[in-house]
Amino acid sequence: MAQLRQEISRMQGQKPINGQLEGKLRLGPVNNAFPQKIFPLGAIHEWITTSGATAAATTGFIAAILGDLMRDNGPSVWISPDGLLFPPGFSTFGLQPDRILFVQVKKEKDICWAMETCLQMEGLSAVVSELPALDFNISRRLQLAVEKSGVTGFVMRTNRNLHPTACVSRWRISAAPSYHEQSLPGVTLPCWNVELLKMRGGSTGRWKLLWQDGGFQEPVVDRVANPSLLRKIS
Amino acid sequence: MPSRFVCIYFPHLMTEWVMRRRQDLKGQPFVLAALDRGRMRITAVCPDVQRQGFRVGMAVADVRALIPQLQVVADLPGRAAKLLTALGHWATRFTPCVATHIPDGLCLDATGCTHLWKGETNYLEDIRKALALLGYTTHIAIAGTVGAAWALARYGKHPLSVIAPGEEKRALGPLPPAALRLEAAVVDRLQKLGLYTIGHFIDMGSAILRRRFGAGLPERIDQALGIKNEPLLPMQAVTPFQERLPCLEPVTTRYGIEMALQQLIELLCKRLAKEGKGIRKAIFKAWRIDHNLQAITIGTHLPSQQPAHLVKLFELKIDQLEPALGFEMFAIEAPQVEDIITLQNGFWHQKGLGNNRLAQLLDQLTGKLGPGIVHRYLPDEHYWPERSFREAASLHEQPATRWTDRPRPIRLLNNPEPVQVAAPIPDYPPMHFRYKGILHTIKKADGPERIEAEWWIREGEHRDYYIVENEHGERFWLFRLGHYDGTKPHRWYLHGFFA
Repeated sequence: MAQLRQEISRMQGQKPINGQLEGKLRLGPVNNAFPQKIFPLGAIHEWITTSGATAAATTGFIAAILGDLMRDNGPSVWISPDGLLFPPGFSTFGLQPDRILFVQVKKEKDICWAMETCLQMEGLSAVVSELPALDFNISRRLQLAVEKSGVTGFVMRTNRNLHPTACVSRWRISAAPSYHEQSLPGVTLPCWNVELLKMRGGSTGRWKLLWQDGGFQEPVVDRVANPSLLRKIS
Repeated sequence: MPSRFVCIYFPHLMTEWVMRRRQDLKGQPFVLAALDRGRMRITAVCPDVQRQGFRVGMAVADVRALIPQLQVVADLPGRAAKLLTALGHWATRFTPCVATHIPDGLCLDATGCTHLWKGETNYLEDIRKALALLGYTTHIAIAGTVGAAWALARYGKHPLSVIAPGEEKRALGPLPPAALRLEAAVVDRLQKLGLYTIGHFIDMGSAILRRRFGAGLPERIDQALGIKNEPLLPMQAVTPFQERLPCLEPVTTRYGIEMALQQLIELLCKRLAKEGKGIRKAIFKAWRIDHNLQAITIGTHLPSQQPAHLVKLFELKIDQLEPALGFEMFAIEAPQVEDIITLQNGFWHQKGLGNNRLAQLLDQLTGKLGPGIVHRYLPDEHYWPERSFREAASLHEQPATRWTDRPRPIRLLNNPEPVQVAAPIPDYPPMHFRYKGILHTIKKADGPERIEAEWWIREGEHRDYYIVENEHGERFWLFRLGHYDGTKPHRWYLHGFFA
């Protein structure tokens, strides 16, 4: 059956998953939206970050995913135009900040070049970059680089113009009021509204997730909320 | 191998330099002069004027009275030294070890170099020709000691003199005592006593000479004869790891440069491999036929002795070279080398920071986009947020302490930005704050966490940090600077964003 599924996905034009990760990502209910319920590695994922607050939320969310991807001892590269990332804050999400290489490049063209070069290098766990705009050509180049090496790429795009891209998925993360089961006072567990706007070979959805004990969970009150289909992607 | 030193003496250094820059002065009498105690004094004289008996140190007004058409060029102090340094750098194409003899000469350590020119005469002839092309008259001498070469270059009969090893004493004999680099007072005294040439007193015992002329004279004699060692102070430290490649024909094409680069790197890497070292920093130098020296530099993150990788790093920068009429010589130097930790082949595919390929990737990034763009951070034992992490010195360095387990934002502003805040009473979190014109109403808050400015590093007021969450769930890190004091307005800042 699994073989048949793979056959079908290949016929649908989807590349077989390159990397093999021990166990699933600790993404909780979101895992169901992925093809074969496995987060696609060796692909480019696109994250829409239009404001400073969403940038922080998205950074945290990606950091949490990186924590899982870097379990195999591979380093990651984070390319950003500004030096705003705060390494001690990354340790909250269960990864060692000293295994991330921060590359600070100003020009958009240079960021693209650096990202492509890094993606071609086998042995990296992931490459994250913050790009103002991501058009089809750039995303195609990144995708081609990734297909050979099997590195996973994340692009945080800050421009509002949504061009069609060759990325395997498109996400939007925004902050949600912090949550705790027992309604403790103060700022409690970080919580996000996660929107998966596009997932090739998978389904889209919308979830509310919180970060607890080194993994994503759905808040109890929202656990009944059903992931709504936003847009059908062929 | 016996030491060989070349001294180059420029009799008209400054005037020839001026002539090179100002063609209109050709055939005209001119002097260089600088202001000294309220009047213009001559600092250099062109050969024409010198022949008429005018010397350095005379007042310009006196000379002008006799030569009305005299041109005066302003001189700046230190210009000769600057010029000699530039010439010295250029002269590294003849030997890696060059020193300046300010104000009018250069000294080259030619030990083991001359055979490349097929003999010392050819070597000197080549230097003389190259300098003549630049418009400089030179007197050059090669000898076994710096002192003898200096004396022969300045006081010898021929513009080119070659003194065979051990012949120094005979060659120095007929020269005047001033050729021994003596103080003026000593020279005067020797003159008065009728010791007109070095030969007159060189065989007297050093005890006799020391008693009558001070310790300087016997020391200079010993230095000139090689009895006493005279160290040469090179302008730049000679790198032990370097390779040179002279070209038969000037190289103008990129292909040619790449071939030279490849050849040099392979030579150097072969040598490094033998000694178990790897390059951390390398300089590729190219001498152009119009006496211009160009260099490109690369750095690596881990010591490397792989020609392919090093060539790739240099290739990103070859565009910076301007061949114009062509390069006549190339050299590669490795000023920074480190021991290579030999890895088993299996480690090549190992994941992690020690991976060689990762270091190569980083070299590529810094090679193209400039140094200092790749950062790796380690925790540091400070609570003050800006100091709580530090840059790692290398890819291998392991954290000496744990990363903090306190709640910290994921994005931190480089400089805290002031915000307008309405806070009820001291030590309560604010009710709302305004940042970039947007009002954020605070729904939840944590804090305060007081962080002291570490006075032993820098004096300053402490900060009371609050984690606050607005109505949309966006989380911020705010702080109030210093104690709450009823008399002055309290200052609030936004410092970071939580995920």
